Amino acid sequence: MAVDRRALLKGLSAAAAAAAVTPPASAAAQRKPAPPDAVGMLYDATLCIGCKTCVVACRKANNLEYEAHSTLWDDPVDLSGRTKNIIKLYREGSRVSYMKQQCMHCLDPGCVGACMMGSFQKREHGIVTWKGDRCIGCRYCAVACPYNIPKFEWDKAFPLVVKCELCSHRLAEGKIPACCEVCPRHAVIYGSYPELLAEAKRRLAEQPDHYYPKVFGEHDGGGTQVLYLTARDVPFEKLGLPTLDEEPVPHLVRTVQHGIYKGFIAPVVLYVALGAVMLRNRKKGGGHE
Amino acid sequence: MSDRAVPVGGPIVTPAFRWLMLVFGVGVVMAGWRFIAGLGPVTALSDGYPWGIWIAFDVVVGTALGCGGYSMAILVYIFNKGKYHPLVRPAVLTSALGYSLAAVAIVIDVGRYWNIWKLPFAWRWWNLSSALLEVALCVMAYVIVLWLEMSPVFLEKWKDGPPGLLRNLARSVSPILDRALLWIIALGLLLPTMHQSSLGSVMLLAHNKLHPLWHTPLLPLLFLVSCIAMGYGVVVLESTLSSRAFKRKDETPMLASLGGVTSGLLFAYVIIRLVDLAGRGRLGLVFTSGWLSFWFLVELALFLTPAVMLLNARTRSRTGSLFRIGMLVVLAGSLYRFVTYLIAFNPGPGWSYFPAVPEMLVTFGIVAFEIMVYIILVKRFPILAGARQGAGAH
Repeated sequence: MAVDRRALLKGLSAAAAAAAVTPPASAAAQRKPAPPDAVGMLYDATLCIGCKTCVVACRKANNLEYEAHSTLWDDPVDLSGRTKNIIKLYREGSRVSYMKQQCMHCLDPGCVGACMMGSFQKREHGIVTWKGDRCIGCRYCAVACPYNIPKFEWDKAFPLVVKCELCSHRLAEGKIPACCEVCPRHAVIYGSYPELLAEAKRRLAEQPDHYYPKVFGEHDGGGTQVLYLTARDVPFEKLGLPTLDEEPVPHLVRTVQHGIYKGFIAPVVLYVALGAVMLRNRKKGGGHE
Repeated sequence: MSDRAVPVGGPIVTPAFRWLMLVFGVGVVMAGWRFIAGLGPVTALSDGYPWGIWIAFDVVVGTALGCGGYSMAILVYIFNKGKYHPLVRPAVLTSALGYSLAAVAIVIDVGRYWNIWKLPFAWRWWNLSSALLEVALCVMAYVIVLWLEMSPVFLEKWKDGPPGLLRNLARSVSPILDRALLWIIALGLLLPTMHQSSLGSVMLLAHNKLHPLWHTPLLPLLFLVSCIAMGYGVVVLESTLSSRAFKRKDETPMLASLGGVTSGLLFAYVIIRLVDLAGRGRLGLVFTSGWLSFWFLVELALFLTPAVMLLNARTRSRTGSLFRIGMLVVLAGSLYRFVTYLIAFNPGPGWSYFPAVPEMLVTFGIVAFEIMVYIILVKRFPILAGARQGAGAH
C-alpha cells in the first residue's frame, strides 16, 4: 500500500500549496471596515512648523521619561520605549518638511495579526492597544508592523511594549489626544474616522496644486485610522512612510493559516492517518520500537 | 554483532568535556547578565531588528537541526524501513536536545518570560491566525513528545537496575508506555509537520521587510521540505561523528541508501523555489539584488551540490564524501533559514544588526551544553547501536 502513503503525503503538500497560492480576492473584499465608532487623526505635513509641542505634550500625558542623548534637555532621535510621538525632519537641498510619527492605528493591523495571545487588539474606537498581562515580549509585533511602531524597553529587566494608544485614557475623560489638543497650527487634528477622511479629501480637492494627490492611509496596507497629507513635491516615501499595497498586512498569513488549519480538520486527519499507517506496519512486523 | 543499543561507557569528564563546561559556564554568566540588565546591554537587538541570532540561529536553525528524529521516524514508521531502526534512537536524542535547548533560548530571548506559562492554558486568548502561536504551542508539545519517545532508553536501564524507586517506576510505567508509544510517535510526526512549516509562515507577515526573493506564499512548504532534508543531513553527521568519537560500527552503507530520498527532497526544494519565483515574475531579482543575489545563489548552490553528489552511488558510499554531503545539506537548510530571518530582513533605512559578543557567547554556551548532555547520555544509556569497532578502544 505504498500508494496510499504516497498519496497521503502528496495530498498534504498539495493542500498546503493550494492554500498558499489561492489567488487573492480583490483588495476591497479583503479590507476590514472601520468600526462604527472609529476615531483617528489627520496630520497635514504642509501645516506643521516642527515646533515639537506635541512631543512634549505626549510625554506629559503619557508619563514618559525624557530622553537625553546630547546635552539638550529632551532630544529623542526616534520613537522608542520612552517616546510615543515624534516630529522628524525631511530635508533635500533647501526643501524642508516635517513628519509626525506615532501608531497608525491600522484597520487590520499587523501587530494584532501577529500577537499570540491578543496583547495587541483593536479595542474601543478602533484604537490599537497593548495589554501587558498577555504579552511574553516576543516582539513579533515589531517584526510585523510595516511602520516599525511597537517599541520595546531594551534597557529594562522587566520591559513593556510601548506605543501610541491615541490617548485612550484621555478620551475616556472626555478629552482629546494631547498632541491634537496642543498643536498651535492644527497640523494634527482629532476626529471621527469618516469625518477626517472627508476633510482630507476636501483639502485635496480645494488645493490640488498644493498637495501630493493622495491621502496616505486611505488604502495603504488595508487602511489606517491616522491619515496623512503631504506637499506636492514631497511624496510620502520621502517622509519615511513605506510603500504598501492595498492588501491588509495580515491577509496573506490568514489565508495560508486558515487554508491549512480550518476547523483543525487537516491535522486531525493527518494524525489518524499516520497512526493507521503505523499500526498496519507494526502488524506486518516492520520497524516498531 | 547485534544492533541492540548499548551504553558506550567510559569516563564522562575528558579534557574535551572540560572545554565544553567552560564554554557553557561563560554562556550561563552572560544569560544571567541578560536577566539582570535587560536585553539591550547584552545584545545588538533593536526595535528595527527585534530578532537576532537567538531566534534565527538557536530557534529557527536549531529546531530544523533537530529534525533528525522527525526524518528518521517518517522513514522507519511510515515507509516501514525497519532496517534504519538503529539510527532512530540517536536521531531522536539529538532532536530532543535540539528542541529542549531551542526552548531555553526562547526563554532567554523573550522579554516578558514570566508570562510564557500562560500560552498553553489561556486558550481563550489564543490568536488562531498567529503562525507564531502555532509554532510556540507545537514546540512545547513536541519537546514533551520527544522525551517520551526517548523514555524507553531510560526505562530499559532502570528496569534492570538496583531495586528501588526508579526500578519500580520503570517496571510499572513501561507496559503503559509500550502501548501508547505508537500514538506518541504519530504525534511526533504530526507536530513537526505543523510547526516547521509554520516557522516559514511566521515571516509572511513581514511583507514589506522581507526581500521579495524570500517572501513567498510558499514559505511554509519550503521550510517543511528543507527541514526534512536537513534531518537526514544531521543524521549523517551525527552518525559519522559518533562512530568516530566512540569507535562504533560505521553506518555508511545504511546512510548511503538514504541518499536517494534526500537527493529527491533537495531537487524538489530547488524546483519549487525557482518555479515559484518564475511564476510570480521575480526571477530577474536573482541577479539584480546586490549582496542578496549572492546569498540566493549560494543557497541554490548549497542545495544543488549535495543533490547531484548523492546521485552517484560511489560518492555516497564513501564515508568521507557522505560526511561532506551531510554537511552541505545541513548548511543549505541553515543558510536558507538564517537569510530568511535575518539577512534578507530589512526594516528600513537606519537599522543594522550584527550579533554582540555576549549574545554569541550565550549561543555557544547553549551548543556546548547540548553536546555535553549528548555525551553523558550515550555513555551511560543504551542509545547507540551495539557493535563496537575493533577491540580495546573506548
